[in-house]
Amino acid sequence: MSEHEYTPKSKAGKWFNDRLPLLTLGAHLTDYPTPKNLNYWWTFGGILTFCLITQIVTGIVLAMHYVAHADLAFASVEHIMRDVNYGWLIRYIHSNGASMFFLAVYIHIFRSLFYGSYKSPREVIWIIGLMIYLLMMAAAFMGYVLPWGQMSFWGATVITNLFSAIPLVGDSITTWLWGAYSVDNPTLNRFFSLHYLIPFLILGLVVLHIWALHVPGNNNPVGIDIKKPSKDTVPFHPYITIKDAFALLVFMIIFAGFVFFTPNVLGHSDNYIPANPLVTPAHIVPEWYLLPFYAILRSVPDKLGGVILMFSAIFILFVLPWLDTSKVRSAVFRPIYRQFFWILVIDVLMLGYVGAMPAEGVYLVLARVGTVYYFLHFIVVMPVVGYLEKTDPIPMSISEPVLTGGAEPSIARKVNDKV
Amino acid sequence: MSKEEKKVNRRDFLFTASYTVGAVGVGAVIWPMIDQMNPDKAQKALATTEVDISSIEPGKSITVLWRGKPIFIKKRTSEEIAEARAVKLDDLPDPQKDEDRVKEGKDEWLVMLGVCTHLGCVPLKDKGDFNGWFCPCHGSHYDVSGRIRKGPAPTNMEIPKFEFVDSNTIKIG
Repeated sequence: MSEHEYTPKSKAGKWFNDRLPLLTLGAHLTDYPTPKNLNYWWTFGGILTFCLITQIVTGIVLAMHYVAHADLAFASVEHIMRDVNYGWLIRYIHSNGASMFFLAVYIHIFRSLFYGSYKSPREVIWIIGLMIYLLMMAAAFMGYVLPWGQMSFWGATVITNLFSAIPLVGDSITTWLWGAYSVDNPTLNRFFSLHYLIPFLILGLVVLHIWALHVPGNNNPVGIDIKKPSKDTVPFHPYITIKDAFALLVFMIIFAGFVFFTPNVLGHSDNYIPANPLVTPAHIVPEWYLLPFYAILRSVPDKLGGVILMFSAIFILFVLPWLDTSKVRSAVFRPIYRQFFWILVIDVLMLGYVGAMPAEGVYLVLARVGTVYYFLHFIVVMPVVGYLEKTDPIPMSISEPVLTGGAEPSIARKVNDKV
Repeated sequence: MSKEEKKVNRRDFLFTASYTVGAVGVGAVIWPMIDQMNPDKAQKALATTEVDISSIEPGKSITVLWRGKPIFIKKRTSEEIAEARAVKLDDLPDPQKDEDRVKEGKDEWLVMLGVCTHLGCVPLKDKGDFNGWFCPCHGSHYDVSGRIRKGPAPTNMEIPKFEFVDSNTIKIG
């Protein structure tokens, strides 16, 4: 795991380390050689770790006051807000924390897309990351059900009904998920149980994510392989820790802004109405971070087709490392792909916007165009552009553009010579 | 050595037998863990509900809760019945005669699960393009017989099992 031999200085440390090499692990994490050109887009790994810990700590505290029963859940959340000491603060941190978590994870994912961090030899890091993302969506969805308001109830109804689209066994699966013949108390109970479980599964995957990262080492904005340790790297501590800490502080200011000034702006007011199985709210919308997928679901005029397309939109990301045919990682040196990358960003933002709008008229047209482009980007653009694109010359090392003030084509490696 | 590898020997038999017994054992433990999530006895005990329908005026409907889901009970006027029966089956995405959705001789009573067959929302009454119900979630239109006419829902609204206990009472389930 580590490139260097480590021997603890103290006798007690040596005694312990011979029996469980925790100190060796600590030394590896401290000295871990990191590319020296990492920019602020690389600070979101640390920010996400902070988000996960925040959700776990505030969640454990909320569970001390929350009651997972259909008759009591709504009142217990109000009890947390009004009676429990600092309950309002803890709940607002937890509910806004989910949004901040997704904000950070989307930036993290698009960072990876721009700089080609999903490509060989980092495919496993990417896939573990997507598994974390899937679990995050499951945890967020189930957490949103727990207050047992109108949006909780009807969101749960709509999402669980997605499974009823499966031919033959769909209805049995839906009933099994509910533990009843509709979303009811058994559903709430199991969602609470799973909502408590999933963050710890995520924590386990985060350990694997970082472990897999430490095998090849970080990608970097230039996207080239580097020797480590070398003049292209710096030790993780203190260079990266201080940079991560600064970014985290800025992030926490934004986070606190939501918690203290607009704690409900990302939520939906209908969720302050207790769940009523007889009345569906006029506009059901999921939380903002699921809106692009919701738009894809609604863009298809067929139930099963919509469900399949929505899940495909996520699962296509798993094969992304093999859809991208370019040998150059970083979009910095990919003039064509770079433009398509920004079109994809705009496309996903647009899908998110129309997902929040009623599914009719111009919004439906936009949703369909956006959905088609989303899939075209991955199935057609990525393989074809990777193959045809004439990439810019990439530097020999990270130090080169820093020391010479730019990549010199004369001495640069030409990766795509044969294309 | 290589000769022995080709033969099925006692050790292979032991491996296969152990894996088989192990798989059966794991399966026997997993099934209760999965089945516990299915509706329990308390849920199943709520399977029937009796409703007094004597106070419903023609053209009006009530909504009752059965198994946690809304049931629409509508007393239709003769015009509404005629309208439902005038529709050509070819115009229906999920062809079904209105006669098959009601009890014979009690044609004015439409008793159906008030759940949109798309993703489970409760449709609004007297709305939509077909004088029936309209689901606000994703825009499915149902006619006066509760049949899907337009929108993403794949099938007509479901008719639950029900019977007339007497002329003023129905039992659902």
